[in-house]
Amino acid sequence: MMIILREEELVARIPDLLPGRLHRWIRLGWVRPERVEGLPVYREADVARVRLLRDLENGAEFDEDTVVLILSLLDQVHGLRHELRSLAAAVDGQPAEIRERIRLAYHRIADAD
Amino acid sequence: MPKDLYAVLGVSKTASAEDVKSAYRTLVKQLHPDLHPGDQKRGERFREVASAYEILGDEEKRRKYDNGEIDAEGQQAPAGGQYYRDFANRGGARQYQSHAGFEDLGDVSDLFSDLFGQGGRVKNGRGRNVSYKLEVDFLTAANGGQTRINLPDGKPLNVAIPEGVTDGQVLRLKGLGEPGQGTAPAGDALIEVHVKPHPQFVRQGDDVLHELAVSIDEAVLGAKIEVPTIRGRVAVVIPKGASSGQVLRLKGKGLKKRAGGHGDQLMKLKVVLPKVIDSELETFMKGWQERNAFNPRSDVS
Repeated sequence: MMIILREEELVARIPDLLPGRLHRWIRLGWVRPERVEGLPVYREADVARVRLLRDLENGAEFDEDTVVLILSLLDQVHGLRHELRSLAAAVDGQPAEIRERIRLAYHRIADAD
Repeated sequence: MPKDLYAVLGVSKTASAEDVKSAYRTLVKQLHPDLHPGDQKRGERFREVASAYEILGDEEKRRKYDNGEIDAEGQQAPAGGQYYRDFANRGGARQYQSHAGFEDLGDVSDLFSDLFGQGGRVKNGRGRNVSYKLEVDFLTAANGGQTRINLPDGKPLNVAIPEGVTDGQVLRLKGLGEPGQGTAPAGDALIEVHVKPHPQFVRQGDDVLHELAVSIDEAVLGAKIEVPTIRGRVAVVIPKGASSGQVLRLKGKGLKKRAGGHGDQLMKLKVVLPKVIDSELETFMKGWQERNAFNPRSDVS
């Protein structure tokens, strides 16, 4: 089931999250909720991201610069992982002969490095 | 038996609130599943740590736990048990994924450039790519250079040939294809390079093969001669007693490698006798033959 939370529901759900902190994250672009009729709504992925930011700031006590760096690298890693999964799925959908050719070509290139 | 929450955080029962917080801080940095997007094993351990800290990090709950009023199983964190990576890995967080910094992959593969590059992402109204074929001579391909093609509208276009371009490689000139609709970007010009063969040089990977003719006296006595390379003439020492088929390697005189540096030039020697064998050579050889029994086929039974 798809969960969509309004801001007050999100704040209530996550211990030690104050609205001011959430607004700062939105201003920094760290959280980008969709807007429905002008009001921000939070999907499950947004909620999980808010929780991560809470863990990074409150738990690990990283400062703002460090969180920016971590988020940037994390979003790149997930972008790359997404591309890699798509590419793997595309290869997987090929006939066995083509998969084998790609596998051989892959090893020739990857093992040569 | 319920877990000892103090052991989970690695602190003693008498640890101060600050010590508990500090232990948790360290464990978050080490174990947080979102800092290890592909490592599923980290999830479970951190779940325990987060649950333990839920209780021990709160003065009131810690007191109750110490008095046996609540046990270690009482809390689950995070509620619902899902980390950000779980959504990101399922494609549930596409708006946060960054596709910045993929441009360099376009150099490796034209397919990647199509899939991941701007062109792959922007579908609405973007201008079509236009393909051209371009013949370049061997040395321009080897060393790089400039050439000029005419676009269909008659406009000339300077094309930079990258050093070491291979036959069949496609060069992409961003935005020089057909214009896009409205504010959409133009397509790209895709230029397929055909490298013309060279009379003396043959490309083999990053190496250049070259057949080098030497005279009989150069082969016997050794010599220092000048040879052509793709970057001009260089001096080479022919070793004394060189044979046909022997390969001399000129390090770094080949083509530019993708990983940096250059390949080699490989010169296969070919001993060439004079067109006319004069009587002096013939007489000398007869004498030599009588005194020396050399059979180059002795290893062939």
